[in-house]
Amino acid sequence: MGIQAQHIVKRFGDFVALDDVSIDVQSGRLTALLGPSGGGKSTLLRVIAGLDHADSGTVWIEDREATSLPPQARDVGFVFQHYAAFKHLSVYRNVAFGLEVRKRPKAEVRRRVTELLELVHLDQFADRLPAQLSGGQRQRMALARALAAEPKVLLLDEPFGALDAKVRKELRDWLRRLHDEVHVTTIFVTHDQEEALEVADELVVVNRGRVEQVGSPNDLYDRPANEFVMEFLGPVTRLGGQLVRPHDLDVFADARPGTVPARVERLQRVGFEVRADASAGAERFWLQLTPGQVEALELSPGSPVWVRPARGAATIASSASATPADRAPEGAFDRASAGSSS
Amino acid sequence: MAELTRPTALGAPPAAGQPQGPGASPGRGASGPTRWVLRLVAVVYVLVLVVLPLVVMVGRTFEDGLAAFVESVTSPEAVAAVTLSLQVAVQAVVVNTVFGVAVALLITRYRFRGRGVLNALIDLPVSVSPVIAGLALILVYGRNGWFGGALETLGVQVIYSVPGIVLATCFVSLPLVVRELVPVLDEIGLEQEQAGRALGANAWQRLWRLTLPSVRWALAYGVVLSLARALGEFGAVRVVAGNVLGSTQTMPLLAAQRYADLDESGAYAISFVMVAIAILCILVVALLRPRDHR
Amino acid sequence: MTTATAPAPTTGRSDATPQGVLRLGAGSGLALGVVLLWMSILVLLPLVAVLVTSATDGVSGFVDTVTSPAVAASIRLTVLTAAAATVVNTVMGTVVAWVLVRDRFWGRRLLSLVIDVPFALPTIVAGLVLIALYGNQSPLGIVLAQTRWAIFVALLFVTLPFVVRAVQPVLEELERDVEEAGASLGASRAVIFRRLILPNIAPAMAAGAALSFARGLGEYGSVVLISGSLPRRTEVASARMLGQIENDNLAGASAVATVLLVVALAVIIGLGVVQRRTARRG
Repeated sequence: MGIQAQHIVKRFGDFVALDDVSIDVQSGRLTALLGPSGGGKSTLLRVIAGLDHADSGTVWIEDREATSLPPQARDVGFVFQHYAAFKHLSVYRNVAFGLEVRKRPKAEVRRRVTELLELVHLDQFADRLPAQLSGGQRQRMALARALAAEPKVLLLDEPFGALDAKVRKELRDWLRRLHDEVHVTTIFVTHDQEEALEVADELVVVNRGRVEQVGSPNDLYDRPANEFVMEFLGPVTRLGGQLVRPHDLDVFADARPGTVPARVERLQRVGFEVRADASAGAERFWLQLTPGQVEALELSPGSPVWVRPARGAATIASSASATPADRAPEGAFDRASAGSSS
Repeated sequence: MAELTRPTALGAPPAAGQPQGPGASPGRGASGPTRWVLRLVAVVYVLVLVVLPLVVMVGRTFEDGLAAFVESVTSPEAVAAVTLSLQVAVQAVVVNTVFGVAVALLITRYRFRGRGVLNALIDLPVSVSPVIAGLALILVYGRNGWFGGALETLGVQVIYSVPGIVLATCFVSLPLVVRELVPVLDEIGLEQEQAGRALGANAWQRLWRLTLPSVRWALAYGVVLSLARALGEFGAVRVVAGNVLGSTQTMPLLAAQRYADLDESGAYAISFVMVAIAILCILVVALLRPRDHR
Repeated sequence: MTTATAPAPTTGRSDATPQGVLRLGAGSGLALGVVLLWMSILVLLPLVAVLVTSATDGVSGFVDTVTSPAVAASIRLTVLTAAAATVVNTVMGTVVAWVLVRDRFWGRRLLSLVIDVPFALPTIVAGLVLIALYGNQSPLGIVLAQTRWAIFVALLFVTLPFVVRAVQPVLEELERDVEEAGASLGASRAVIFRRLILPNIAPAMAAGAALSFARGLGEYGSVVLISGSLPRRTEVASARMLGQIENDNLAGASAVATVLLVVALAVIIGLGVVQRRTARRG
């Protein structure tokens, strides 16, 4: 049951969007396809939906092979980044569309649409046109529309990408709660790792047409399989030839076994954290500390410190010469300008 | 008059197309057989309706050989017709351009009572038969027309002479420049001019240094459209010029005359010149098109 | 932008007035005056003269002229053929626009240029072009000279670009994901077109049709040669009017002109209503 995509290959001319990608999503779960723009996640989603055809590979939806079925026959609900609202139809008619196309009796349509509009809190707006709604409302309408015909599978393509930060957060929480109520197998695509970590039961990290790792948010965060996943999901810094999370570094005022001597270069208070830039010889890295730690160790620019990764911390041997030491993870704001296609 | 969304007359409007590449689904237009059928139908329709007749005509034009063609096109009456057509067209285009710029600016930059009416009236000439246009002008400016007597005392002859042809040509091509400028002026908005005003530029300076340069491609577009129309006008000129050989015969009139005189190849010859000009206009417009939107 | 040093207009309806729009000053007022004067001299006054002249012989004279067999036949022929050509080109024009926007194939650009030819071509040349193909010496053996079909084909030729160019920009603006959404909701291609695309292009189709019809009503140059202008058979209204003018029957010509103007106005207003109705739902 659930959704399986097996050995999907998809090329656009010379560009390989998906390179032998396989995923297996269990029925009823909320899975995120996470990755940078252009990495292939949207393409994979569209192949599952039938909106794009893979060059090779198979797609199974709820134990039926869907590979050669058109989107109409796959019984999927799809939500687009820019809402794809039917501009000339009211909110009610938008949501009713899928049911009307399936020629359901009017009474049933009315019942179901009303139910869904209440679910998404748009019952007041049933007669409005999409242009009269805010972005967040339009996306909720799009969700209701996709759910109306009770699809087996719900697919969302960067659903909150076009909304501003506050609305994004609200809808994110709301989506999670909706899923908890409705339990439809759901896959959503995002380039925002915070979003993926917060909302999904399971993450599939897709980069350059390949699956980097699959697992629960904690799995991926704590035990990343490779450099890319580690960098993508959270802050990293490089120390002694390893990538490690800056908040996973233990700091001491004197030498301890396994520590590396370093000097604090700069301290920057950011909210409830302190970012400490440091150097160990020629290597530069940074640490994430609490104000308490800074005070306890009496740190200031120039202070000598001894640093080692905490016990059980995720580390990955890093061969890259271009050090990511100074880079905070690219968050949604940085991604926003990188375009929406993937 | 109902306000119509007026299509950009010549050439496809310069809208930015949707980007292709990953994400563009192949099921976009139509799938498989439907797409081929539509494509076939559209292409065959246009081919048979437009291309075929053109090809046959061009073939006919040179049936009697290149020499005959050249002779036909360089005969005194042909030269006179071409010259007259160009003179008339240039005058009409100049008048229409000045008018077009003025009206476009008035409509987009000002608010006054009757603005909407003016806007609707601009489109009027396009909906009117050219023969009616000619008739209308005769009724006012002909010898027995409303102003006919007054004009005669002034020694000015409008109908059956060149000024009448210019008037008729202005009539039929009136909206062309305006309609190209208005959308572009609306789109670029008022900010530039506001900034100019704040910097101390007077209206004339703003016009020359700010407004006109920013619409120059749309303006060129409109001018070329106007020119094509002006050169090709037949019905209105036929009424107003009276078809007298030599002095008031434009290219279209000459073509009609030759055909009536059973000089078919002569008619085709001069038509070929007009076709060449028309295609040149289309190509110029096609080249101007991408620059239309910044 | 806070440089609004110009007096913002405060005349009543301000909701659609963008900031910085001006009131008429001395210079612009003069320009407006000149423009209005020119329009009056060139267009308004002459058209009024037509209306007035049509009433020279009173209502009975008007009616007599318009109902006389040859005139009535020419008006009927013109209106019907223009309507027929408009209907066909509304459908075909939409198809062509669709193919231009949604399809990618070699020669697409060329097709686009070819569509402009009827618009840029002098009407008499269009007439000669059609004669070359469908005249008495037709290389295809299809002789339409002096038939009503000739008029129909001529009108198809000259009105082709209108609907195409009206619909094209609208199709280009339509977001593809709307169609994909329709597909994902179970709609077949036909349903997608009928329920999602058509409502959005209908206003443009109506606008193009209006222009097409008005052009068809008044068309002269492309029609007169190949139709042969046989009275009561293949004579279009504009040819009839020309005949009347040459016979110095200006009142009669004006009467016919008035009828055509009224018909054109009625159709344009009607299609304008259609356009607004279909646009409002969107």
